[in-house]
Amino acid sequence: MADWFKRTKQGLLGSEKKVIPDGLWLKCPTCSEYLYKRELEKNYWVCTQCHHHFRIPYYDYLRILLDGKFGEFNAEIRSTDPLEFKASKRYDEQLEEAVKETGVNEAVITGTGKIGKHTLVICVMDFRFIGGSMGSVVGEKIARAIDKAMELKVPLIIISQSGGARMQEGILSLMQMAKTSAKLAQFHDAGGLFISILADPTAGGTTASFSMLGDIIIAEPGAFVGFAGPRVIKQTIGHELPEGFQRSEFLLEKGFLDMICERAELKKTILRLLDFFYGNQTLHPDNE
Amino acid sequence: MSEIILDFEKPIVELEKKIEEMYEMSSLENVDLSADIQKAEEKLNRTIAKIHSNLTRWQRVQLARHPDRPTTLDYLSRICADFIEIHGDRYFSDDKAVVAGFATIDDFQCVVIGHQKGSNTKENLFRNFGMPHPEGYRKALRAMKLAEKFHKPVVTFIDTQGAYPGIGAEERGQAEAIARNLFEMSRLKTPIICIIIGEGASGGALGIGVGDRILLLENTWYSVISPEGCASILYHDSSKAPIVAEALKVTARDLESLGISDEILPEPLGGAHRNQEQTAQTIKNAILKYLTELKAIPMDELIRQRVEKYSKMGTWSESNDAPAANQSSISRKNE
Ligand SMILES: [Zn+2]
Repeated sequence: MADWFKRTKQGLLGSEKKVIPDGLWLKCPTCSEYLYKRELEKNYWVCTQCHHHFRIPYYDYLRILLDGKFGEFNAEIRSTDPLEFKASKRYDEQLEEAVKETGVNEAVITGTGKIGKHTLVICVMDFRFIGGSMGSVVGEKIARAIDKAMELKVPLIIISQSGGARMQEGILSLMQMAKTSAKLAQFHDAGGLFISILADPTAGGTTASFSMLGDIIIAEPGAFVGFAGPRVIKQTIGHELPEGFQRSEFLLEKGFLDMICERAELKKTILRLLDFFYGNQTLHPDNE
Repeated sequence: MSEIILDFEKPIVELEKKIEEMYEMSSLENVDLSADIQKAEEKLNRTIAKIHSNLTRWQRVQLARHPDRPTTLDYLSRICADFIEIHGDRYFSDDKAVVAGFATIDDFQCVVIGHQKGSNTKENLFRNFGMPHPEGYRKALRAMKLAEKFHKPVVTFIDTQGAYPGIGAEERGQAEAIARNLFEMSRLKTPIICIIIGEGASGGALGIGVGDRILLLENTWYSVISPEGCASILYHDSSKAPIVAEALKVTARDLESLGISDEILPEPLGGAHRNQEQTAQTIKNAILKYLTELKAIPMDELIRQRVEKYSKMGTWSESNDAPAANQSSISRKNE
């Protein structure tokens, strides 16, 4: 198991720049307010003026959610470029760049951790790694994480932040949708609790597989959640899309989410759910 | 047959015309051209074989979406002694892009589900070009649950350019409907055979495509995205689709070498549209063969094998001994 905190520090130094542009101030893309980065960081990277949720890398989610150490597993699994894909770019070079930029080997980080007293398996996708797309490795790591949660008999959390299936691995990426869904079916039959958290964006083959299969589905405010991309839809139907279409508030309204949760409230919300499903030992010490 | 002829089919069609003319001449003018006709027919077969042994991936994609290519219902009318179609998802509507029903094929009764394209513009509008809404996937799931309840195997016919990208489709949960089917099909307690008969694009295809055996007709394509879709993302130019089709490795043969397909079903010389009956017989024989095979496997074992089948899909490298590569790349960056 990796020494999580040590790595976080290194990871921050190495890749912070890629997520948040240089300088002390940052302009909010929603309300155009200039925000002091230190303040923003303290506020979970959420705009203090309009609550715009900035996209954050995996380590920020782990820090926000977990108590104690994160025990990463399967960190060493890497893509082999099975199609030797070469179009506008070479996929092997794209992979190499992504690894360099992010300091991780793939678009999902998986491991064990604790929230309150609850041990769980957590998978966090990272948009910086080729758009958080799902190829063979993402599918395999999530499948193994589900196996691990089954083996340990603990709940599973997946944070989706993904443009969809990874084109560069063709049909193999598509099949990861079936693989992860089949594993979730086993997990479901074994009685496991799966909390699916949707960050911006959750799209395509990711949405159409594990992301939408949570026992509980929680989205961050304003996150894109959908199957088809808005550009494709616009092209197909030939007119503009309604305001707020495919945002989490829209999905909540249409009945596809259990709740929308501000990042600052995410941990508390998950803890309340875990306490509900697995017993709140702090409230009922006599039952221990 | 429609008037549409693919570019690479032109030499074939020209030869066919010539042969037809020779037949006409011999009957009208009562001359014996049988030797010439025989020669011309041999040449025709050689030409077809030659063209079809050298098809590019893009040409296969074109064959897979040939306007004359048989559809799900074309096959069902030829292979089923009886087919009772059912309708509706019981929630919202009946999706015409997906057909489902109870089929009798020789001694087997099975539930058949398939994408349905039209064979002309009017039919295609009615069928939404074989692009389902969530209701199509939910109708399919309803049919599958019936199959499970009454111990009938399921056969699916896959032929779609993708799930429909529209406002209503998103509003009613296209992603959820597909995800639900993947989840349920992976644990459905009855044998499932999936046959790609034309186009297999993305989650729209996979949404009825999880099963114990995956069979592909020879001239089909199946991938995570259509070549056009991929080209417009990578090049902002969908006309680059022929190049992208090569890179994406979309054909039945590609899927065989990537370990996805269980069997490739040969098509008649020149493609399925040139001999519907023969293609239908090939499909029927495959269904009977695999249903017999799957029937013999105990249910728990069948489900176990199905999950294992998908668990193995994909390729990756992994070394447990080496320190995690991410560690070293981080330190490199910090130097
Ligand atoms: Zn703001």
